[in-house]
Amino acid sequence: MYRALTVTKKSNFQKRKLLPYLLVSPYLLFVIVFVIFPVLFCFFLTFNKWNIIAPMHFIGLNNYSRLFHDRLFWKAIVNTLQFLLLHIPLQLVVSLFLAYLLNQKIKAGSFFRASFFMPVIVSGVVVTILWQQLLGFDSGLINRMLMETGMNKVGWLINPDIAIYSIAVMATWKNVGLYVILFLVGLQTVPTQYYEAAKMEGATRWQQFYHITLPMINPTIFMVVILSTIGGFNLFIEPYIMTGGGPLNSTLSAVLYIYKQAFQYYNMGYSATLGFFYAIMIMSVVVLQKKFIEKEI
Amino acid sequence: MYAALSIAALTFIYPFLWMIGASFAPMQEIGSMTLWPSHPTWGNFKLMVDKIPIWRSLFNSLLVAFFTTSLVIITGSVVGYALAKIHFRGKQLIFYIIVFTMSLPFQVTLIPNYITMVNLHLVDTYFALIIPFSVSAFAILMFRQAFQGLPQALIDAARMDGCNETGIIFRILWPNIKPTIVTVAILTFIGSWNEVLWPLIIVRNEKLMTMPQLVTLFATGGRADSQLGVKIAAAVLLALPVIIVFLFFQKHFIQSMASTGLKD
Repeated sequence: MYRALTVTKKSNFQKRKLLPYLLVSPYLLFVIVFVIFPVLFCFFLTFNKWNIIAPMHFIGLNNYSRLFHDRLFWKAIVNTLQFLLLHIPLQLVVSLFLAYLLNQKIKAGSFFRASFFMPVIVSGVVVTILWQQLLGFDSGLINRMLMETGMNKVGWLINPDIAIYSIAVMATWKNVGLYVILFLVGLQTVPTQYYEAAKMEGATRWQQFYHITLPMINPTIFMVVILSTIGGFNLFIEPYIMTGGGPLNSTLSAVLYIYKQAFQYYNMGYSATLGFFYAIMIMSVVVLQKKFIEKEI
Repeated sequence: MYAALSIAALTFIYPFLWMIGASFAPMQEIGSMTLWPSHPTWGNFKLMVDKIPIWRSLFNSLLVAFFTTSLVIITGSVVGYALAKIHFRGKQLIFYIIVFTMSLPFQVTLIPNYITMVNLHLVDTYFALIIPFSVSAFAILMFRQAFQGLPQALIDAARMDGCNETGIIFRILWPNIKPTIVTVAILTFIGSWNEVLWPLIIVRNEKLMTMPQLVTLFATGGRADSQLGVKIAAAVLLALPVIIVFLFFQKHFIQSMASTGLKD
């Protein structure tokens, strides 16, 4: 009797000890199959040439040297950076401006918030198809408006010098609502006493904004910069649908190029090398941004 | 101030309204800037239904989003519970793994995951569309945070009553964290609904394609070029479910997005 009791007690105790591992085991299994194995396999692939059908063969560092001499890849990187150069500042300024307006005591605030937010939740596919009609050369809505006001048509998507910036504006239009909300949350954390005190001292609106608001919402600015950097580096579906990377590869984004190498040309080893290199690049940029912005604070 | 806000709101809403109008416009009228065509017609939608299996893809997308969301909520709760309420060796390691997976760019795992699917003969299956998204590090962290806010006494009392761990999680704790469940559900559903790169890679059979994928291929392939209206009609149909859900849960939606700072 006594013995039986200790046995069940013990097994109960062991069960308790095993329990957390049992609970996290699905996650660990998932991570091993879909994260850890892929990272190792990706690294392994970078030393091989493989088109999936024929057996892979080891080519040492050839993929890496090919990467450094691949003009198209570097063009794609430059394109992506050009995209970011307009996308990040534009997104930051527009979202902060709209959030600032919304943060004043206004009526119908929820209507405005909802309208800014609409493009965020809709698929990038929808947004791209829609903007194709806006930016078209002959029948695009924007060019028609320009013509009606007596200006010349602009080749928004067919001029290689501006196509990537058109896409940057479109991407900003799609995402800005999310950042408006984030800034709004940030702005609401600034204590109103600060503004009152500043007003007593005779500070102008701009002074209040520059000396109180901006420093107080610095963490939000940091978050917005990081999120739009990561999002921007992953630019894919917009150029994929809109331009296919053209004209003259001017909108070929890095992810689109990696995708094409793998799933159009079936250069799995080389595409894995590009992906690996690009991932390291993204992580380094984010770390650098973090260092830089933290210093500024 | 209101002027600036109104202009901004118009910039965001007008294109959508125009798109809905254009989807009902006959061919000759699509280019016009007016919001509603003078001779509205269902022609574009009819042509679309004839040309591509759009209803099937709607069903596929709903199915995939439903199962993905359910699995993410279940796995997120279970792992989040262990991390929040049980002390065990290796917990710290799991945290590091979560942070690592969250900051890992998907370009690294894309090709290997595709190859895993090929080797498991899962290409062109629903399984391949669901399983890689069935566990989310973000959901785990959200559930962990929610469970941490609940008193230990709740769990101890349930254990005394002989409740097992799954009972504790799903019957005792779940009713107390409904906002978290809704937040995770909404974000996961939208993310799954809008995912397009992975389906493009893993599904080639038109019958299994998700809606954004089918619309993408239709829009980029030659089939839509001559018929702009059909393309726009497809975009409208793709946007509609998400917009309806959004208008219903609008407040909750925006709050949940704001509380996480996370998108797709």
